[in-house]
Amino acid sequence: MTITKVYTEPPICEKEILRYAGCKNSAQESLQFSVGDENLENLYRECCKEILPRLSYKVCYIELPLDISENTCDFGCIKVQSKDLVKNLQGCNRAIVFAATIGVEMDRLIAKYSRISPAKALLFQAIGTERIEALCDAFCEDVGCLHPRFSPGYGDAPLEIQRDILRILDASKRIGLSLNDSLLMAPSKSVTAFVGIGSRIERNEKIKCAACDKTDCAYRGV
Amino acid sequence: MNFKTFLENNIVYLDGGMGTLLQANGLKPGEHPEHWNISHPEVITEIHKAYYDAGSNVVSTNTFGANSLKFADAELEEIVKAAFENAKAARAQWETENSQTANEESGQQKFIALDIGPTGKLLKPLGDLDFEDAVAVFAKTIKLGVKYGADLIFIETMNDSYETKAALLAAKENSDLPVLVSNAYGEDGKLMTGANAAAMVAMVEGMGADAIGANCSLGPKQLRGVVEELLANASIPVILKPNAGLPKSVNGQTVFDVTPEEFAQEITELIKKGVRVAGGCCGTTPAYIQALYQKSKEIMPVDLSEKNITVVSSYTHAVKFEQEPILIGERINPTGKKRFKQALVEHDIDYILGEGIRQEEKGVHILDVNVGLPDIDEVEMLQTAVCELQAVTDLPLQIDTSDTNAMEVALRRYNGKAMINSVNGKKESMEAVFPLVKKYGGLVVALTLDEGGIPDTTTGRIAIAEKILTTAAEYGIPKKDIIFDTLAMTISSDIHSAKVTLDSLHYIKENLGCHTSLGISNVSFGLPNRDAVNGTFFTMALENGLSAAIMNPFSAEMMKTYYTYKALKGLDENCAQYIEHVAEFASVQVAASGGAQATSPVEKKDMPQISSELQKAVVSGRKEKAAELTQALLVEEEPLNIVQNEIIPALNIVGQGYEEKKVYLPQLLMSAEAAKSAFEKIKEYMAGKGSVEEKNTAEKRQVVIATVHGDIHDIGKNIVKLLLENYGFDVRDLGKDVPADEIVEKVVELHAALVGLSALMTTTVPAMEETIVKLREKAPWCKVVVGGAVLTQEYADKIGADKYAKDAMETVRYAEEIFAGNK
Repeated sequence: MTITKVYTEPPICEKEILRYAGCKNSAQESLQFSVGDENLENLYRECCKEILPRLSYKVCYIELPLDISENTCDFGCIKVQSKDLVKNLQGCNRAIVFAATIGVEMDRLIAKYSRISPAKALLFQAIGTERIEALCDAFCEDVGCLHPRFSPGYGDAPLEIQRDILRILDASKRIGLSLNDSLLMAPSKSVTAFVGIGSRIERNEKIKCAACDKTDCAYRGV
Repeated sequence: MNFKTFLENNIVYLDGGMGTLLQANGLKPGEHPEHWNISHPEVITEIHKAYYDAGSNVVSTNTFGANSLKFADAELEEIVKAAFENAKAARAQWETENSQTANEESGQQKFIALDIGPTGKLLKPLGDLDFEDAVAVFAKTIKLGVKYGADLIFIETMNDSYETKAALLAAKENSDLPVLVSNAYGEDGKLMTGANAAAMVAMVEGMGADAIGANCSLGPKQLRGVVEELLANASIPVILKPNAGLPKSVNGQTVFDVTPEEFAQEITELIKKGVRVAGGCCGTTPAYIQALYQKSKEIMPVDLSEKNITVVSSYTHAVKFEQEPILIGERINPTGKKRFKQALVEHDIDYILGEGIRQEEKGVHILDVNVGLPDIDEVEMLQTAVCELQAVTDLPLQIDTSDTNAMEVALRRYNGKAMINSVNGKKESMEAVFPLVKKYGGLVVALTLDEGGIPDTTTGRIAIAEKILTTAAEYGIPKKDIIFDTLAMTISSDIHSAKVTLDSLHYIKENLGCHTSLGISNVSFGLPNRDAVNGTFFTMALENGLSAAIMNPFSAEMMKTYYTYKALKGLDENCAQYIEHVAEFASVQVAASGGAQATSPVEKKDMPQISSELQKAVVSGRKEKAAELTQALLVEEEPLNIVQNEIIPALNIVGQGYEEKKVYLPQLLMSAEAAKSAFEKIKEYMAGKGSVEEKNTAEKRQVVIATVHGDIHDIGKNIVKLLLENYGFDVRDLGKDVPADEIVEKVVELHAALVGLSALMTTTVPAMEETIVKLREKAPWCKVVVGGAVLTQEYADKIGADKYAKDAMETVRYAEEIFAGNK
């Protein structure tokens, strides 16, 4: 059965936000305000003040049995063909499928400031990315998921399974999450993912990025 | 007895949960419950029958998700048909078993509602479903419901006001059935997209729904606040159909935390407070409905009362016309504004949005929107302006046009209950405008003039007002939805005109009991120091009962009047607002804020020394400062010199710093914005001088940019646009999710030398390729630069682009190359 949860504001990581906003110099060090620019810092604070009270942190999820074969993960009501997902869920016989969102308000402000202040729009974009990631972390911690989460579109996992995930979770009714014709989620600051239930796998920023093949990514942590 | 009559005289019991019971019968996660109408008709019929037995007057068909987005037309019809057969079978069974008492005892009337749930997609601008497409989707299901015998339509669990409007409009346009409208509110008392209960009442009641309410998402206890807000605002019956409390997971099973008895108790209390339609949603079963029915069936329904609230709404909130004066910002209007006219002609929507946002920041409550100009397509422009404005501001809008086609298009797309400007006492005007007010809802400004012109006496204007009220009533439009404008005329041509206006205003407010509005600034036309006259006239009008003013919020006199009036009238607790805003209209202007200035990030990093103040402002990204300094420079400097000697060099410093990784992206953007605000001052200056010469085509540096079809990411594209504009290119931004043909058409029309395409996802790169192929065919002269997160040089080569630009600066450099080569 699908369960819906509402979280309070997860802790904010400023450094991550600045990294997403493109504040990274050639030495790959994220900018910190202590050594940075007062005007930029003021703008960032303004953005936080405007958006943070308007965010909501909602997750819906379902726990499903899992049967893994050579390149398919079978969750009963949904089968996913993906070698990368097989690798990710190896050793698990149950998994959680979840959808998380911070709501439409972030999209509203991004749309608004795209028209009048691209600098603010960029910062909102970065804050939104950090917020949804923080929500996913809080959720995985909360339900005791010890495997790294894996989303449609990662590696060889097709984006098309978004339709199935949202339908199984009834995510539109439960947390207001829907898909557009290009399989993008609305609200845009949302995540769907599989998480294996099993023994602990160490997770940290460096491993997260190191596990990814896209070595030329602008946001790569290592 | 038909449902409408039954609803007038009784408490109506709806049914309870369907999904919960289907899952208990074996419905799997992700399976469409609507299919069960066909595959398990006996289960569906049994559930309906159980609800009728429990006391429900209305069961809703199992068609929550039955729409043409999820099912093909033929299958949809089969589903709806089967759904009604199942409900009718249940009703027939019940009637057979209760043939002795049925139809006689009023409490046992049984009806079938066509159930309409959300489409599951979000509407534009948040999602990609167009408003009219949503109306069409609902229309299909509603026509089927009518065909197969619905007694009423139940629009439920809507978590977005815009989608609610689409469904209600479809119901009204395709049936004469009663319509109940119910929304899903969160714990904050708002819909997922932000509307509160008062806003929903304004819109839904304005459009003529038969009842309004709340269902799903929460239990009866958590919905109490929402229900009270609905009861306080609605003149139509209020619905409550909550969940059986909040769901919890117990051993992997979902369990709801409210028992049937507690549920019945909570709802009965709210029935006593005025709820007229009650039932249950997720987690409730026939046992809940039975407990509710038994507990509350003896209660006399609370009579409906006319609330007589004059109100407009946006997609988040309602603005009520009560004691506090309402400010309606007048700046979105080309009359007498050269810069605004220029923006309209150039389709510069961002300028219009900026005017809206700046007025919002000044504290207006409603924005007047007038985009009428002889040479432009007003229907198209007004629709665009309304849709774009409601993407950037949550203020209610006043649709201001004399073109009733444009008015209808705008009212249709407006997400809420709009203010409409205007109708007048002419037969022709009332015949054109009143049907629109009736259909879409709205608060309409009525001007006291008619075929005979504007009467110069108070009695003449009052007579017209009375005529307008009588005619409105014939259309079914209540007095509360008419707001009179007794027409402020300039005192420079008739010294008594202000008095007639004010006396008429006073009479209408006191004796006709209607709200009033005035366009304040007309009164001073032709006089020096107009602000002084306007401010005093505003005070006098307020004292005569003015409810709303269409005014300029940038006028210190007007804002001073507003805040001081409120303080003096006891409408400003502790004079807090007055004190907060006093600096804005203080007679001594606060001296230019010298002193502590933020240091430039760039200076810190050993960038070239900058001597000019304007350059410093641009480099350090201070918008207001840059605008202020430019304004000052314009007194003695040629505009072109300011651009060449100040702004461009400053931009070059920052651009170079960015390329050398000494300046970060947000800092680059802040500088670009500061430059833009400087350019805006220059544009204003030139528009005022009338020196905006049409550049000939050869002089224009025309660039078209767009995010390709299927992709909705536009931050990167907007950054490119800003920088290109900074460097003097004429950028035509087509927006996001733009079909290839539209891009090609525009490039051909403008004979643009360069087009910039953006895509963020691998899935939309093919759309980019398609666009390039079509461009090569129809616009072979045009160069194509591409960018976006997924693109690489390799990708760009593969799809045949002329250039891959890794960031906005590189795009600017490329554009400069192209246009230098063209010379």
